[in-house]
Amino acid sequence: MIYKVGIDVGSTTVKVVVLDESNKLLYRSYERHFSKVREKTCELLSGAESILRGHQLRAVITGSAGLGMATAAGVDFVQEVFATAEAVDCFIPETDAVIELGGEDAKIIFFGNSLEERMNGSCAGGTGAFIDQMATLLNVTAGELDELSLKHEKIYPIASRCGVFAKTDVQPILNQGGRKEDVAASIFQAVVDQTIAGLTQGRELKGKLVFLGGPLFFLKGLRQRFIETLELDDEHAIFPENADCFAAIGAALCSGGYEVTDYDELSKKLISAVSSANTTNTLPPLFDSQEDYDAFLTRHNSNSPAETDPETYTGDAYLGIDAGSTTTKLVLIDTNGGILYSYYSANLGNPVSVVLSQLKAINDFCGDRIKIKGSAVTGYGEDLIKSAFMVDAGLVETMAHYRAARHFDPQVDFIIDIGGQDMKCFKIRNNAVDSIMLNEACSSGCGSFIETFAKALGYNIADFSKMGLFAAHPVDLGSRCTVFMNSSVKQAQKDGASIEDISAGLSISIVKNAIYKVIRAASADDLGQRIVVQGGTFYNDAVLRSFENELGRNVTRPVISGLMGAYGCALTAMDMGLSESTLLIGSKLDGFTHTSRPTTCGGCTNHCSLTINTFDGGRRFISGNRCEKPLGKANVSNPNLMKYKFDKLKAYEGKPGVRGKIGIPFGLNMYENLPFWHEFFTQLEFEVVVSSPSTRATYIKGQRTIPSDTVCYPAKLMHGHVLELIDKGCSVIFYPCMPYNFDEGKGDNNYNCPVVAYYPELLGANVPDLQEIKYLTPYFGLHRPKDFEKKAAEYFFNNFSIPKKETVAAARKAYEAYEAYKQDIRSNGQAMIDHARANGQKILVIAGRPYHSDPEINHGIDDLASSYGFVVITEDAVAHHSPKEARKVLNQWTYQSRLYSAAKYVCSQSDMQMIQLVSFGCGIDAITGDETRDILESGGKLYTQLKIDDISNLGAVKIRIRSLIAAIEAREALEVK
Amino acid sequence: MAELVYNKDGRLLFTKEMKKEYTLLMPQMLPIHFGMMKSCLELEGFKVDMLTTEHRNIVDTGLKYVHNDTCYPALLVIGQLIDAVQSGKYDVHKIALLITQTGGGCRASNYIHLLRKALKKANLEFVPVISVNLSGLEKNPGFSLSLPLIPKLAFSMLYGDAIMLAANRCRPYEVNPGQTDAVVQQCQQKLINDFKNGKGLSRKAYKQELEYILQCFDSIEITDEQKPKVGIVGEIYVKFSSLGNNNLEKFLVAEGAEPVVPGLIDFMIFKVNNRVVDVELYGGKAVKRIVAGALQKFFEMLQRDYIEIVKRHPRYTAPEPFSHMQKLIKGYLGYGNKMGEGWLLTGEMLDLIHSGVNNIVCTQPFGCLPNHIVGKGMIRRLKDDYPDSNIVAIDYDPGATKINQENRIKLMLANASRNKRKQETEAQHEMAHVN
Repeated sequence: MIYKVGIDVGSTTVKVVVLDESNKLLYRSYERHFSKVREKTCELLSGAESILRGHQLRAVITGSAGLGMATAAGVDFVQEVFATAEAVDCFIPETDAVIELGGEDAKIIFFGNSLEERMNGSCAGGTGAFIDQMATLLNVTAGELDELSLKHEKIYPIASRCGVFAKTDVQPILNQGGRKEDVAASIFQAVVDQTIAGLTQGRELKGKLVFLGGPLFFLKGLRQRFIETLELDDEHAIFPENADCFAAIGAALCSGGYEVTDYDELSKKLISAVSSANTTNTLPPLFDSQEDYDAFLTRHNSNSPAETDPETYTGDAYLGIDAGSTTTKLVLIDTNGGILYSYYSANLGNPVSVVLSQLKAINDFCGDRIKIKGSAVTGYGEDLIKSAFMVDAGLVETMAHYRAARHFDPQVDFIIDIGGQDMKCFKIRNNAVDSIMLNEACSSGCGSFIETFAKALGYNIADFSKMGLFAAHPVDLGSRCTVFMNSSVKQAQKDGASIEDISAGLSISIVKNAIYKVIRAASADDLGQRIVVQGGTFYNDAVLRSFENELGRNVTRPVISGLMGAYGCALTAMDMGLSESTLLIGSKLDGFTHTSRPTTCGGCTNHCSLTINTFDGGRRFISGNRCEKPLGKANVSNPNLMKYKFDKLKAYEGKPGVRGKIGIPFGLNMYENLPFWHEFFTQLEFEVVVSSPSTRATYIKGQRTIPSDTVCYPAKLMHGHVLELIDKGCSVIFYPCMPYNFDEGKGDNNYNCPVVAYYPELLGANVPDLQEIKYLTPYFGLHRPKDFEKKAAEYFFNNFSIPKKETVAAARKAYEAYEAYKQDIRSNGQAMIDHARANGQKILVIAGRPYHSDPEINHGIDDLASSYGFVVITEDAVAHHSPKEARKVLNQWTYQSRLYSAAKYVCSQSDMQMIQLVSFGCGIDAITGDETRDILESGGKLYTQLKIDDISNLGAVKIRIRSLIAAIEAREALEVK
Repeated sequence: MAELVYNKDGRLLFTKEMKKEYTLLMPQMLPIHFGMMKSCLELEGFKVDMLTTEHRNIVDTGLKYVHNDTCYPALLVIGQLIDAVQSGKYDVHKIALLITQTGGGCRASNYIHLLRKALKKANLEFVPVISVNLSGLEKNPGFSLSLPLIPKLAFSMLYGDAIMLAANRCRPYEVNPGQTDAVVQQCQQKLINDFKNGKGLSRKAYKQELEYILQCFDSIEITDEQKPKVGIVGEIYVKFSSLGNNNLEKFLVAEGAEPVVPGLIDFMIFKVNNRVVDVELYGGKAVKRIVAGALQKFFEMLQRDYIEIVKRHPRYTAPEPFSHMQKLIKGYLGYGNKMGEGWLLTGEMLDLIHSGVNNIVCTQPFGCLPNHIVGKGMIRRLKDDYPDSNIVAIDYDPGATKINQENRIKLMLANASRNKRKQETEAQHEMAHVN
């Protein structure tokens, strides 16, 4: 009998199975390989030795990490999705579709008339790996995460674009006191959404579904989320035995026809399988010798705070707390800045309890000899901790970090802080924070990535990073994001890179990400002369070294690098010179209680997910809100043009007309062209039906028909909009293709971006329901009114037999209506500016695209800015003030052209600032962002860019806006001097 | 030494003096085509160096000087140019950089500006950048595409297409390994020599050269195996450039497939045709339409000649004319879909499927805007209409790993072999039935 051996080498696990000739499973084994791919495979195979010995066999390798090994060993290889399809076909006939989640890849196989197999795109990688990362974040094992999820009461919306985005969403929920049970279930829901959104792409998941792969095999909570989301019953949701080994079984099934061998020969081949073709790019080592490293250490260890003796000190002290996204830090200092007590630890998903136990410990430590005279808190958890423990002051992070850096180098001109989740860089000019660069969601989580990665390999972070110091050939893992890095690691593993090389490579990647993506620097001089680096990640000497290498300049790393935020808070608390601190300490801590409860705000249509934290004595802290309403305060109603525009547009309603209903999706360029088309069709006596303003539900509704997961969120929403129009009974939907926009005379051309221009055609090809109705996507150019009249007259005559004269007349009215709309925005914008000036308020131009007025797209950033006291206007209200000018880029898109003009105008107005909203995935804003920054900075203004996606957390946005305010104030203070 | 002269907007110009003293560095997208275009430029009296570098530092330089969210081709092209400038091989005060500018609504029209920004960042602002375009963007006194140069470039392009077509057909089946590449070299060298001697640049000579090329490839001994054919479409740079697509053609050949790569001429006709369509859709000066129309007719004529000659050689599948794709695309996308590769990309997929090439790799830079629509956005429809189509979309990016790309392509190839087996079995059944 010839046995069939299937070996599946995945990104995190190895599976080995043995089948006999009748396809009976004789042996199976599934284990994590911890990056030791070859060793683990041999080990698992040896487990089958007694079964295999004395038999002939055929072996086939499969799996994403198996390719290199198969080639090196000279064993046959079959692609894993193909193998899985074979296995399902053989063992579970009549399956309609398969969903398989692995460590790195997600796959869907559709059976039926024609087999269709899909794997996740480059962006959405990481499913099992993502769950591992999340479990680490919550400080539980994947199994415990599963247990927790089964006890959930509520599911938070979490970004479904990719693992990095989801993590960015989860972090603030945890920090604001969300229940772990709910977070766990929400994480699984995000995996479900990612899978469905990323892989189904217009094909419906129905019939008998088979779920495969490790995560789905082991995690009941994840299964439950799939079953509920897809509305499946037991008959239609199949979780087979050995679901974790299906690809390996499939590989075994595919072995027919291949060479016959035996156990000894196979294991010999595998043992000798050292990849010869090394395609991984390697980098020079970080340190050449121990002496090098020693000199490096001596230089950096000299930057330490004043010495003090904590055991004997008596007198005043100041407490600083940094409630960061992944870690909590506390520092207690004496009056010289010497450290009496410090604490640095993961916040374990519950910062309140961490701070509580620390305050108790500090209380014991202080006894009667030390009196806390002031306290301050910073970080993501600032508001929560401040209300929980009545901390004296809350500081924006940039200020806290600058305060601390200045202590070590009074002449510091550049600070970079790399924490677990975020990177913050700021330039210091004239003793004030001048410009701030914060990472966007995409490059977040680098710091904690190393840590999770180390843990997954069974090391602690300190040991793991040390391993990289003397690595001979650090691997180049790229710098796009952690999802990409994860798969680069897989590539490196395939090429046989050592753990040392991977460790060094990860450190280098983080640094490259910071320098080239976040700071966008080409040389050390773009940063500064006196650079202070801080944040927990810089404890890692490999990171510090590669930072210096990459810049070619020595920098200062204080020995308390990871405590700098807290240290800065403590120093600030001392600066305040309070006579009495309000901090809960001593006996006041005994009665401390904390409960948190999730709820949904009913204050308005935003339906924010709130977490209500209640403390002893009735203190409350509500998080997740975008406005003041749930706090019981009246909403501050500063003039807000963004809101005005949105309200104005959403008020457009159709009048019943003889020609019937015509649907218009309310998104993308319709955010500006609606007044035009509304008038046009109303004149033609159509009843215009506009889809409702976007909500998350709009997105979910159309999610399954989105073919490209990397397109921008505003475009993704369009799928839901057209579906809603169909639900509303529209048998005609009008959504024209418009490569050209209006020509406002400020640019070299007047295009729309490719997505705005052609998305109508994409919808037609991907939303099956549109094929059932009259879906009209003609090409029109509104930039040439005379020609438009002619072309439209012809079009509507051909399609609706409308007399040409009528169309021409309607077109003229439509142009008037559009003009009136534009003027109205400008004059209202001006009125708001006047109001601001009369009341001494600052004006913030929130610049983006017209559709950024959609609250589902901007997530209430305008409300937030307005709650900080700004009068908010938009770019289209001021762009017309600037004359046409040459730009350093090809200025060929109308909307984008306004950004430049508006930026230019803002430079001439002392009371205006600008922030640019950028939708994730907008390739064009890679160009406009740099140019807008250039214009603003050369005009003496600050540049702030906010990247937005389906993500709804405003934590990072708050930090940016507050940093902006702090920087403005610092500048003004200087001017007064 | 030539003086640095700026225009009124402050753009550094390439002057006539520079033409005498400077070497032009040009990036390379397609070795054969661009090699011949280089010769054309040399005939015009320019000193030209075509960059063929492929080392890792290109990507690193790109990442360093170009916004990392910009598309991958920009990063590579600019990285490659700056890497060359900084290599020490040239006198940096005696070089200028050539870059193409398409002038459409895609980001790619901005490459030249990104290149200038990058030069500034690298303190190389004094290096002039020359835009090569047919849209009348950015003019330079020392550089213009003279009217006689246009047919020459067009001929070069079609020679390139012919060599590419024939080489892709022969390489996977060659009996003597390396022979195809040797013939490629031989043809290219002959063409360049002819160019230098002023030959190969009339319509008559053009036909003769094509005939010569195909005959050369006919002489390559090939096996009569039937390997699965795999079409390559996509964003123009990553579709063609081995630097951009991690040697995709080579990989496919190594995996036992026959790559089929639609030529460059369709793209050129497409870009010219866009101008005609623009006037038709939105109005505009008739003269614009007439000039563009004439140029389109000229290109189409050359394409017809080319197709006719290929048809005489049974070894190759002759391509269909541009007008064929215009027909196929109806009901999928409008002719106004012109940014990037526009409707042509979907048109090429349809053309491939119609010519029996169901397996397709659709290549794009990560986050490519037009390809959301015309690439990934159309696969669903194609699958519905042609259930046997087997299309895989692959993203290219500095951070995207080869292993993930290859794994996905391997899946497509596994399906290709299965489909092929299925068809063969069905054919056998039919035969049995008939008998």
